[in-house]
Amino acid sequence: MCGIVGLFLKNPALEPQLGAMLGPMLAAMSERGPDSAGFAVYGRDSDAGGVKLTLRGSDQGALKAAIATLEQALGETFTSTARDTHTVLTVPASRERAVRSWIDANAPGIDVVSVGKRMEIYKEVGLPARVAQRFDLAGMTGTHAIGHTRMATESAVTTNGAHPFSTGNDQCLVHNGSLSNHNGMRRTLEHKGLHFVTQNDTEVAAGYLSWRMSEGDSLKAALESSLTDLDGFFTFVVGTETGFAVVRDPIACKPAVMAETDDYVAFGSEYRALVGLPGIETARVFEPEPATVYAWERA
Amino acid sequence: MPNVDLRQTALRELNQALHHLRPDTNETHWLIANPDGRHAIACGLDAAISVEIEGNVGYYCAGMNKLANVVINGNAGVGVAENMMSGLVHVRGDASQAAGATAQGGMLVVEGNAGARCGISMKGIDIVVKGSIGHMSAFMAQAGTLTVLGDAGEALGDSLYEAKLFVRGSVKSLGADCVEKPMRDEHRELLHAKLTAAGLNGEIDIGEFKRYGSARTLYHFHVDNAGAY
Repeated sequence: MCGIVGLFLKNPALEPQLGAMLGPMLAAMSERGPDSAGFAVYGRDSDAGGVKLTLRGSDQGALKAAIATLEQALGETFTSTARDTHTVLTVPASRERAVRSWIDANAPGIDVVSVGKRMEIYKEVGLPARVAQRFDLAGMTGTHAIGHTRMATESAVTTNGAHPFSTGNDQCLVHNGSLSNHNGMRRTLEHKGLHFVTQNDTEVAAGYLSWRMSEGDSLKAALESSLTDLDGFFTFVVGTETGFAVVRDPIACKPAVMAETDDYVAFGSEYRALVGLPGIETARVFEPEPATVYAWERA
Repeated sequence: MPNVDLRQTALRELNQALHHLRPDTNETHWLIANPDGRHAIACGLDAAISVEIEGNVGYYCAGMNKLANVVINGNAGVGVAENMMSGLVHVRGDASQAAGATAQGGMLVVEGNAGARCGISMKGIDIVVKGSIGHMSAFMAQAGTLTVLGDAGEALGDSLYEAKLFVRGSVKSLGADCVEKPMRDEHRELLHAKLTAAGLNGEIDIGEFKRYGSARTLYHFHVDNAGAY
């Protein structure tokens, strides 16, 4: 089944409330996905030269120890913010490659969940409201955010199987549905140099979009070509550093409701996810058409 | 006149109260506030009452309806009035997918658009959509009428049985075994009656509609297809 939510703020005055707005949306979709939950938050660009690595470990102690060893090995110190099983490590862009190589080679229990100038991804197994609380989603700020509640069908209930999936800097994707040509597409993309961490179909969709965008496609164009190249059931919500987009497969197998006001664009698998938003009573509420890309970009 | 606020009263409590109404009840007009997209509101009614819902509803609203008149002052989620037996369901906004699915009787009026699979497997309901309908509408529709003032999406009436489809606007494509048929007087009368029942008496020019129905080529086994089995 799975539930998806997304929020793209047009009015900067709402940015301090981004997490507080997304939390109840995520919790409202628990019945569609009680296994695990995750969310990507695009914060304000606080450090122009920095790249944020969101790391996940078994617990805070393991993360602290790994970061201390990393700093010692590289002879540098980095800013870090700890949230439960995740820690956001901010490193200079020039050091991203060195830090990631060191983690891959020397910290087997630590996963790099996301990389980006603005994007942070948090995901865990458990009820969505509990997952949101563990990471203090309510306190997070930013311009747009995407969340997912998972009821696993294609692969195991693990944190790595939880959405959002990220296969490129500041890019993430959540998915409701199941793809039928993901194995073939994974092989095609691996030949093009992409690297996949799981056997999950959604990770392939994320990788496909990353590949299209690396070839010069806009987010909208990448999603338009996904309608031809990806086979199966899908409603995707996708985030980039400045963009937010939605697409449904040509037979619109999976549900989707959107609401738009002067202040925001909101997405929910069901209208229930949107009822708590300010001004929802007068918002334009509509269902996205099948095989049609809806995309918004921050000016 | 009972007023029920679904932020104060549990949905199950409301539905049970509606189910327990006796045929001679004096509580014939119910107002429901704050539906907040909840699923299965006013499902399984079996009394000649009016239920008015203020806001957007979730899935299966007024499903299995018998006798009751349900008005939704908002949008309806998947499967509004599915398997309705009789009565009237009136959606003032848009309806999602599978509106009026499998319904055997009564009337469903949608002021806005209806999504995909509107009237799928309908078995006698009359559906009037003032806007447009999505793809695969009236799939395997067996009986009843589907009247659309706007346009129809892809594969209208695929594998259709004896339901009658009237569309005023364009049809993106017809499904297997669905064909355009001539509008004879009996069909104009039928269409006029359904539009009148939907409160559109005299507002719409019946001459603008086209009629679609089954070519009836899928009804019986054809020996030429034996190799396919």
